[in-house]
Amino acid sequence: MSRLGERFRQGGIFVWFSGTLLAFCLAMILCLVGYIVAKGMGYFWPSPLAQVQTSEGPVLGEITGHEPAHGEETEKLQFRVGNRDVFGQDFRWIPAAGLSTPEYPKEAVLIERLEYGPFIGRVASLSHEGQTVATGTSALQEALKHLPEAERLRHHIQTIEKGQVGDLNRRIEKLRLSRHKLEAKGDVAGLQALDAKTADLQSAYDQLQTSLEQSRAEAKAWTLSLQTADGQIKECPLGSVVRVVPANALGPFGKVRVYLSRLWEFVADDPRESNTEGGIFPAIFGTVMMVLVMSVLVVPLGVITALYLREYARQGWLVRAVRVAVNNLAGVPSIVFGVFGLGFFVYGLGGTIDKLFFADSLPTPTYGTGGILWASLTLALLTVPVVVVATEEALGAVPRSQREASLAMGATKWQTLWKVVLPSATPGILTGLILAIARGAGEVAPLMLTGVVKLAPAMPLDSTFPFLHLDRKFMHLGFHIYDVGFQSPNSEAAKPMVFMASFLLLLVVVVLNLFALNLRRKLRERLGGSTF
Amino acid sequence: MLNPGVTDMEIEDPRPLPEPALLQAPPPATGLRPASFAQPDLPLTDPSVLSAPTMLRVDRLNLFYGEKQALSDINLQVARNSVMAFIGPSGCGKSTLLRCLNRMNDLIDNVRIQGRVLLGDTDVYAPETDVIALRKRAGMVFQKSNPFPKSIFENVAYGLRIQGQGDRTVLEEAVERSLKGAGLWDEVKDRLKDSAQGLSGGQQQRLCIARALAVRPEVILMDEPCSALDPIATARVEELILELKREFTIVIVTHNMQQAARVSDHTAFFWMGKLIESGLTEKMFTNPGHRMTEDYITGRFG
Repeated sequence: MSRLGERFRQGGIFVWFSGTLLAFCLAMILCLVGYIVAKGMGYFWPSPLAQVQTSEGPVLGEITGHEPAHGEETEKLQFRVGNRDVFGQDFRWIPAAGLSTPEYPKEAVLIERLEYGPFIGRVASLSHEGQTVATGTSALQEALKHLPEAERLRHHIQTIEKGQVGDLNRRIEKLRLSRHKLEAKGDVAGLQALDAKTADLQSAYDQLQTSLEQSRAEAKAWTLSLQTADGQIKECPLGSVVRVVPANALGPFGKVRVYLSRLWEFVADDPRESNTEGGIFPAIFGTVMMVLVMSVLVVPLGVITALYLREYARQGWLVRAVRVAVNNLAGVPSIVFGVFGLGFFVYGLGGTIDKLFFADSLPTPTYGTGGILWASLTLALLTVPVVVVATEEALGAVPRSQREASLAMGATKWQTLWKVVLPSATPGILTGLILAIARGAGEVAPLMLTGVVKLAPAMPLDSTFPFLHLDRKFMHLGFHIYDVGFQSPNSEAAKPMVFMASFLLLLVVVVLNLFALNLRRKLRERLGGSTF
Repeated sequence: MLNPGVTDMEIEDPRPLPEPALLQAPPPATGLRPASFAQPDLPLTDPSVLSAPTMLRVDRLNLFYGEKQALSDINLQVARNSVMAFIGPSGCGKSTLLRCLNRMNDLIDNVRIQGRVLLGDTDVYAPETDVIALRKRAGMVFQKSNPFPKSIFENVAYGLRIQGQGDRTVLEEAVERSLKGAGLWDEVKDRLKDSAQGLSGGQQQRLCIARALAVRPEVILMDEPCSALDPIATARVEELILELKREFTIVIVTHNMQQAARVSDHTAFFWMGKLIESGLTEKMFTNPGHRMTEDYITGRFG
């Protein structure tokens, strides 16, 4: 007992206790990250295609799950059979009893398509404008040869559709709006000029459409004839094939290539098939951009507030009350901020802006609907307490002697603040920004009300004037996780996407934080051993 | 408490109180002090100091922190181009008085000041006095060196920059002149872009002096400028003070008797918010008019 008492007195037990708890916390964090990474990163690895015989016929697919016998339930295997257009669903549970040993036929392929998810089966033949060119294994070889060309054509079509057609549409819409104005004025000559312009644009539009039709027909020229495991034939134009993976015939090197190509597609491409396939680039871009816009808004807001509270306001009960209120703001549930953002920013501010500046295009709202600006402003409001608190601390930590030195030189209070106190406090302000980013990047609820969408037609930053479109809706990784995981028609297929998107969201937060940390380190070095 | 001459403190002294601060009077001829008296190494007082006009003048100054009186009835004059040393035990009000001279006490809440301070012809505490302009005339060097977290160049250029001076050549000229004036130029001329906080303590303090010199003040107020420095750095700053006195008027607060004796022309001794005695340093250290001064200087109390 006395030895225990001695240990308590020495505090050794508490050191152990706190160390253990720290280790526990670290282990939990590692588990979280490890689980997400393991679940997500494995998704792109080409798994072998197994063929088994069941009482209902042959089944070919990736084995994705296993459920042991449990009470009355028998042991089951889950197959990803693909071919949603033929079978109606991507996944099938098959009782393990009575299954033959799985075989891994070399000629089995997994073909990723633009529509209906992957096809799993064999290539029967390849035809060009109705003429069969090759059959069997040579058809696959032939198809692989023509695939890059088909891909080029597809990208060409996409560029025309998204770029030029969209551009023409915008210009025609603009002319339509100015037509309203001219009609109101009764400017006949102007109207005629406008009509001529519209006709020009319309003919350009028609030309584009014809060339598009041509390209589309060309893309359909090469057709793959595919055969499912149970013998059904399915035609698939080569133009809609994204990737051909002969999973069982690939060596380790080929598998790595497939893995990397899938990973790249995921990070850099647009989503397909209601977000369950393709990439999530717009979501990554939207997240980063939203956080950057938020940072630009929250720093001045928070710093100016803190400056007034700390340096100018007369310290008394009112300032104390304001400080408490600001701190409490950090504890308000984020959805409440979302409701406020929707009511005040979107309907209030945005609606007013529309009435004043974009009255032509009403009733279609420009700013009076959710957009990246309103979402960022809402998040800036949500994170401003963090910046205010950090800035106040940083201002308080600037040595009094430096303020006095500046004042004794004949500097005004404002000069002292601007030239001596604020530069010294910048690392502390950045600490606040780092915390704000960490909080803001992960918020989803307020964004759902103020501008995030499942699929944004255009990015908030692009090559059309004025390049930065703060009125546009955007995609966000956090919302993407929710949408893909819980709102998707094919949730089983989307499961790995959820983990992958979570991982990327973590990565985005970490990268943004590293950026801010690095900035702070550089500033500290420049300030030379500043305390804060 | 406010009427001069009446004190509620017990200051035992057999000798009569001398006339307050007969600064321009020549030192009375006195004999040697008793053997117990420590004889500091004294400089010869520059005779020009004795006839110099008054730069700073404090008239019946009283200062209160809330209800507490920190300075009572101070009368003092500082001659142009001389060095005045304030000595006294901690908490005697010498730093407070120093900070009254350029109104740094304005920054503290709850301070009430009565009396008059004249800097040249300017009434420091007159309502129409521009504090900013006043502080430009009275530079200040603090106890702890406090360079800004900027480059050496920007530290010295700061005073000019806040006055709106943006011309690079003017700034460079002023920085060089000030650094030379502070005896720091040769040490830092190759690294003006480096952070000032990488300098040694003594260099930092001289940088702070250079910073104060850059705006060409009339008076330099030094609040224990050497208390955080080693003896070598202290010696350099003291040499500097003797140099600077040709151009500026200097008031220095110090705890170091030898320092006061070495650098100052006049010394003022404070005790509990009162000016006990002031006069020529030579006289103060050899033949103080008040026993408390003698006790303090010889280290018998304080």
